[in-house]
Amino acid sequence: MSRLEVRDLTVGYEGGPVLHAVDVEVPHGELLAIVGPSGCGKTTLLRTIAGLLRAQSGEIRIGHRMVTTHGIHLAPEKRRIGWVPQDAALFPHLTVAENVAFGMLAGRGSSRAARRAAKSDEVRRLLDLVDLAPLAARAPGQLSGGQAQRVALARALAAGPELVLLDEPFGALDPMLRADLRTAVRELLRAEGVTGILVTHDQAEALSVADRVAVMRRGEVLQLGTPEEVYRTPATPWVAGFVGDAVFLPGVLHGDEVATSIGRLRAVPVADAAGLVPEDGADATVLVRPEELRVVRADAASAADPARARAADALDGDAEGLDGVVTDVEYTGHDAMLALALADGVRLRARVTASEFVPRGTEVRVSVVGPVLAYRPER
Amino acid sequence: MTDRVATPSPRRPWGLIAASLVAVALAAIPVIHLVVRVASADPAELAAVFDRPRIPLLVGNSVLLAASVTLTAVALGVPSAFLLARARVRWRGAWAVLAALPLAMPSYLAAYGWLAWQPSMKGFWAAWLVLSFVSVPYVTLPVAAAMRIGSTGLDDVARTLGRGPFGSFMLGTWPQIRPAVLAGALLVCLYTLSDFGGVALFRFPVLTTAIQQAYSASFSRDEAAVLAVLLVGLALLVVIGEQVARGRAARRIQAAPAAGRRRMTRLGPWTAPGILLLALVPVVAVVVPVSVLLGRVLTAETLQAFDGANLARAIGNTVLLSAGGAIVAVALALPIGVLAARHRGRLVRGIESAGYLALGLPGIVVGLSLVFFSLSVVPALYQTALVLAFGYGILFMPKAIGSIRAATGQVPTSLEDVSRTLGASRARTWWSVTARLARPGIFAAALLAAVSAMKELPATLMLRPTGTDTLAVELWQRTDISAYGAAAPYAVALLLVAAVPAFLLSDARAGREATREAIA
Repeated sequence: MSRLEVRDLTVGYEGGPVLHAVDVEVPHGELLAIVGPSGCGKTTLLRTIAGLLRAQSGEIRIGHRMVTTHGIHLAPEKRRIGWVPQDAALFPHLTVAENVAFGMLAGRGSSRAARRAAKSDEVRRLLDLVDLAPLAARAPGQLSGGQAQRVALARALAAGPELVLLDEPFGALDPMLRADLRTAVRELLRAEGVTGILVTHDQAEALSVADRVAVMRRGEVLQLGTPEEVYRTPATPWVAGFVGDAVFLPGVLHGDEVATSIGRLRAVPVADAAGLVPEDGADATVLVRPEELRVVRADAASAADPARARAADALDGDAEGLDGVVTDVEYTGHDAMLALALADGVRLRARVTASEFVPRGTEVRVSVVGPVLAYRPER
Repeated sequence: MTDRVATPSPRRPWGLIAASLVAVALAAIPVIHLVVRVASADPAELAAVFDRPRIPLLVGNSVLLAASVTLTAVALGVPSAFLLARARVRWRGAWAVLAALPLAMPSYLAAYGWLAWQPSMKGFWAAWLVLSFVSVPYVTLPVAAAMRIGSTGLDDVARTLGRGPFGSFMLGTWPQIRPAVLAGALLVCLYTLSDFGGVALFRFPVLTTAIQQAYSASFSRDEAAVLAVLLVGLALLVVIGEQVARGRAARRIQAAPAAGRRRMTRLGPWTAPGILLLALVPVVAVVVPVSVLLGRVLTAETLQAFDGANLARAIGNTVLLSAGGAIVAVALALPIGVLAARHRGRLVRGIESAGYLALGLPGIVVGLSLVFFSLSVVPALYQTALVLAFGYGILFMPKAIGSIRAATGQVPTSLEDVSRTLGASRARTWWSVTARLARPGIFAAALLAAVSAMKELPATLMLRPTGTDTLAVELWQRTDISAYGAAAPYAVALLLVAAVPAFLLSDARAGREATREAIA
C-alpha cells in the first residue's frame, strides 16, 4: 500500500514560509492534482514530498514509511518516488533506453552495466507501455516534447516507485498533445497501480485528469476533494472562481432563499474554512455558475405560449425570469458564453449550448436553474 | 510555470565550502607571506626603498601603459566585435578565427618578432603598440559573444522613435554588452600591468621589469618584495574596481531583454574600413612577428646552430610542466566553480570573489612570493617542479573557475533532481550526471590553463628547477643576448605548441556556435 499522508507541513525559503501547515492525503493508487496560481506553493509542496527541499516542520508519510518528521529528513534517493519534471530532463548523454535503465540502476554500476540494462526486458516493457519501443536507441535531442515526457514517465516508473510526482509535465506542450498525454499518464499510473501527484496551474486539466483535486493559494490548501465536489461545492468563492467561470452577486439570506438583484433564489448556505455559515438575515455572497442560467429569446418566451408564460410569471421562484440583452458572445462551437446586461444594469455571463445560441443584441429573458450556493462575504 | 523562489539549496554544502576555502587559502598563502615579509621588514630599510625617485616613475609608467593599452584595446575590440557579430561581412567564420589568433601569441614573442625586424623599436610607444594589438581579443571575444546572445529589439524600437544608428546602439545594445566590455577591459588592464617579457624587450621601465632586476641583483631582494606588493596592490585595485562597476551595471539592467531577433547591419561604404580593421589586428599582432621569425629560422646561420635535442627537451619540459600546472589549477578551481554555479548566499559570493582576486596576481609576483615562501617554509621544495606547477595553478585558477562555473551551470538542476529521486546519492549524481555533462567544460578549463602556463615567462624564470628549461625560458635567454637567429626555432616551437590547444578550444567554440546558429 502506498498512500501519501502530509500532516501540518511548513516549508520556507529565506524570505519566509512558503507553505503553512499543509495537510494532504492521497489514497493508494489515486491521482491527486494540485492546482493553484503561480507562486501558490504547489511546486514547493511537490519538491518537499520528493525530499528535494527540507521541511521546517510537519510530517510526510509514504505508505508505512515516515520520510519527514521532526527534523528527520530522508534523502530523496531513499524515498522510492518517481519524478517527472516540466522539461522532462532526459539525460542528454544517454539514449532513450539508457535513460529508462538509469532509473532501474539508480546510476549505480558501470556504463557497461547501464548499456546491458538498457537491453533488458523491463526497459523494453516500459518503452512499450509508453509506445516508444521503436525509439529506444534515439538520443533525447531527437525526440519531440511529448515523446520526451513519455520517456521521462517510463524512467520514473522504472525504479518501481510507490509514488510518482509530476511537476507540470504538460506545461510546454501544445493543447492537442496535452490532452492525449494526460489521458495516457492516468491510464499508465492506473495500470501500474502507482499513486500519483500532478502539479498544474490549469484547472481544466486538474478537474479532467485527477481522482482528487487540491486547490492551493498562498501556501495553503483551500480545498481537497473529488473534481465534482470542488466544482459543485467549492469551499470559498475564490475556489469557485479559480476552478471555473463564476458570477458572484451580493444578497441577503432569508431561510432557504436569498434576495439578490436578480430576484429571490433558492439557496444552500456553505460553511467556510472556519466552519462559519452565513446567518439568517445577514449579507451573503451568492455563487451562480454560467451554466446555471437559462436564457431564452424574449419574443419566443412570450409569443410561443403566452398563457404559460403568464402562468409562470404568476409563480414566485426560479421560473420568474428577468429582461436583458446579449451584449457579447464568445462562441466555441460546442457551446457559447453570453455576456448579458439586465434591465437594472446587473451584468451576468451565461453558458448556453450551441442549439440555444442567441446572437449579440438579442433581447432575452434570463432565469436561474436550481439552487445557488451562499457564502459569508469575504472581508 | 514553476513557482520556485530560489535555487533549492536544501542544506549548506559544507563539504564544498570547506574545499573551496582550502583552495582560496592555498592560492593566497604565498602572497600573504610576501605582504607579511614586507610589513615586518626593517622600517629604516623600507624607508630607504621608498625614498628612491624610481618608484613614482615605475608606478606612473605601469599605470600609463595599462590605461593606454586598455583604452586602445576597447576602441579596437568593440568595433571588431560588432563586425563579427552584427554586420554582414563575407567569410565571417574565417575572420572570427583570425580575431582570436593573437590570444596564442605571448607578448614577448610578438615583441621579439617586431624587434627582429625593426631593432630600433623601444620605449613606451613600442610597448603600447604590441601590447594593445596582442590584447584586443580579450575585448573582441566576450563582446562578440554578448552581442550574439543579445537582441537588437531595443535598437529597432529606438530607430522607430527617431534615434540615429549610433544613438540606437547606445540605447539598445550598449547596456547589454557593457558587462562584457568591462570584463574584457579588466583582462587587458591586468594583462598589461603584469606583462613582463614584452615590456622588458622594449626596455620600458615598469614595476614588473624593476622587480625582476631587483630580484636578479640579489642584494636588493627587499626592494623586489616592496615593488611586488605595490604591483599586486595596483592590480587588486583594478579587479575590485571592475567588480564594483559590474555590480552597478547588473543592478541597472534588472532583466536583460529576452532573447530576440538579431538584425544584421549592412555596412555599405563602411565595408572597406571594417575589413581593414579586422585585418589590421591579426597582422600587427601575429602575421608580422611570425613571418619575420619564420624568415629567421630559414637562414643558413640558424640552421647550422640548430640543436634538435635541446629543442625536443625544452618541448618535453614545457608540456609536462604546463600539464602539471593545469592539473593544480583545475583541482583548486573545481570546488569554487561548482559552488558558485550551484549555490547562492553571501559566503558563496565571497569565496567566488576571492577566487577571482587571483586574476590580479601578476606572474612575477606569484613567482617571487613562491620563492620567498618555499625558501622560508619548505626549503626542500625550493626550485622543484612541484612549486612551479603550484605557481601555475595559482595563476590560472581564475580562468579555470570561469569555465568550470559555466560548464556546471549549463547542466540543468532538474537532471540532478531526477537522478536523486531515482535513487542515486548526491555523490553518485555528481559523478554520473553533473560531472559527466560538465566534462567538456572542465577539460576546456584544463586546456586553457595549460596554454597559459606554456606561455608564462616571469614565474617560470623564477621558479623553474635549475637546468630545466622550457621553450619560453630558452627563447628568453637568447633574446637577452640579442641572438635573434638562435632564438627563432624556440619561438616557432612555442607558437606551435601553444597554438594547438588554442586551436582546439576555438574550434570547439566555433562548432558550438555554428550548431546554435543552425538551430536558431
